[in-house]
Amino acid sequence: MALIEASGLEKGYPGTDVRAVAGIGFQVERGEAFGFLGPNGAGKSSTMRMLACVSQPSGGSLRILGQDPVTHGRELRARLGVVPQDDALDLQLTVRENLIVYGLYFGLSLKHMRARSAELLEFAQLADKAGERVEHLSGGMRRRLTIARSLVNDPEILLLDEPTTGLDPQARHILWDRLFRLKNSGVTLILTTHYMDEAEQLCDRLVIMDKGLIADEGTPRELIDRHVTREVLELRFPPGEQQQAADKLGGDVEVLPDRLLCYADDGDAVQARVTELGLQPLTALVRRATLEDVFLRLTGRSLTD
Amino acid sequence: MSRLPAAGGAHLVVLRNVWVHKGGTPWTMALFSVYEPILYLLALGVGVGALVGRVPGVDVPYAAFVAPALLATAMMNSALEETTQTVYGKLAFDRYYHSLLVTPVTTRGMVAGELLWAVLRALITGVGFLAVIVVFGLARSPLVILAVPAGLLTAFAFGAAGLAAAAYARGWHSFQYVQLVMLPMFLFATTFYPVTVYTDWVRMLVEALPLYHAIELSRGLALGEVGPGLLLNAAYLVVFGGVMLAVAQSRWATLMAR
Repeated sequence: MALIEASGLEKGYPGTDVRAVAGIGFQVERGEAFGFLGPNGAGKSSTMRMLACVSQPSGGSLRILGQDPVTHGRELRARLGVVPQDDALDLQLTVRENLIVYGLYFGLSLKHMRARSAELLEFAQLADKAGERVEHLSGGMRRRLTIARSLVNDPEILLLDEPTTGLDPQARHILWDRLFRLKNSGVTLILTTHYMDEAEQLCDRLVIMDKGLIADEGTPRELIDRHVTREVLELRFPPGEQQQAADKLGGDVEVLPDRLLCYADDGDAVQARVTELGLQPLTALVRRATLEDVFLRLTGRSLTD
Repeated sequence: MSRLPAAGGAHLVVLRNVWVHKGGTPWTMALFSVYEPILYLLALGVGVGALVGRVPGVDVPYAAFVAPALLATAMMNSALEETTQTVYGKLAFDRYYHSLLVTPVTTRGMVAGELLWAVLRALITGVGFLAVIVVFGLARSPLVILAVPAGLLTAFAFGAAGLAAAAYARGWHSFQYVQLVMLPMFLFATTFYPVTVYTDWVRMLVEALPLYHAIELSRGLALGEVGPGLLLNAAYLVVFGGVMLAVAQSRWATLMAR
């Protein structure tokens, strides 16, 4: 049985006709890392809030760990870990106290939390910061503390809403490493992101969301194979000449505000054709297709409006 | 395996607040809270009191008349401070309650916990100011000690109102409206003179204020003038607090479900 089963899941907010989530279905299996990708406003965070048993679905069905989050929200919350987008740490407490006090909210004893907090600090590489006030931590440390905090109750499922947004590259790599370890220890990870490299690094399977719906679902490799070619030629033209060049070139071309993406199994051949046609791009680059191309294909047009 | 915390985790919200205040002992907290009422007691009770002499109709020295009212207002203010600005900061800026939302602590538990904490905080203030009253020689009856539990009722009523206000606030400026109500209430709800100084219709107006009943209750006990009227005052505070708590609970439920 899947850990999470959703079908026809909807979320609307009173006073508006817009449905943030407009009927989505997906399943998450034990031990996998499952990602929600999508541009801002795609409905990722609304979905995560429903999975965290914080907001009630407006329609459809959702079962988490075999239970209904509407009737068993409290019991389920005790078994989930949540890393919110804004860390929302307790600024008046120290690093260690943040973990201890948070554990008490889960009904864990002070004695248990004293020991557990030491393990978690070690895991989050924050042992030497235990006595510091949270305000003195860097962004990356805060995020690691938030992840440590979400683990106080040994959750079966960990929900991460844009875990590395706003972090520098080093901090992101440290975080990814920690998340890998968690996954290896059997924790089911569910995350949202709009970083494609993050999704490729972390997710076994993912869905791409756009305007409250699921545009497609699969492994990163499957999605790339399904939606884009093996290679991509990126062309940059002076502003205003993109569309003209695209028309002239023809074929499978995506026009973005700042560049053209030409999908082809042989990028060099397309580049040769560009030269033949007498087009003079400012820059030209052949590269392998990535998840970002899939993302832009499926949601690209909404990015421009 | 852990058990789900009882009472929606209200006691854990209290525990967290106690933890945060661990740097300050109850005595330093009390000291800060009684500072302002002591100034009023000195300036008005003792200073103006020298001109007033004994309060007609009650026949006690003026300072002894004012002191129990200041006890009630000090406890009221302690509860209000904890539930308005402090709670609002945690709600709007620290997003503290949002971080609780994903734990087994319930929204009702959060509200109950903050209210309980506000009442506890008022208790510290009340004990501190009771000591001041005794030291100043203003205790007229052993029943004055009951003015502290009476003040807990006051703290409950105003703490609940504060929690409702914090949930409706749209920014720090919103609390100016709270001041707009609280300052005149403090000045005119018989803190400094008996309600008999008013003409009939003003009197009715003043008697509708929650602080009036808080002060009546506190003063009646402190001066040892116990009558069935005090039960009415207590009942008013219970009902007022109950309604405010219901308003707060419903507003918080809406707010946290967003």
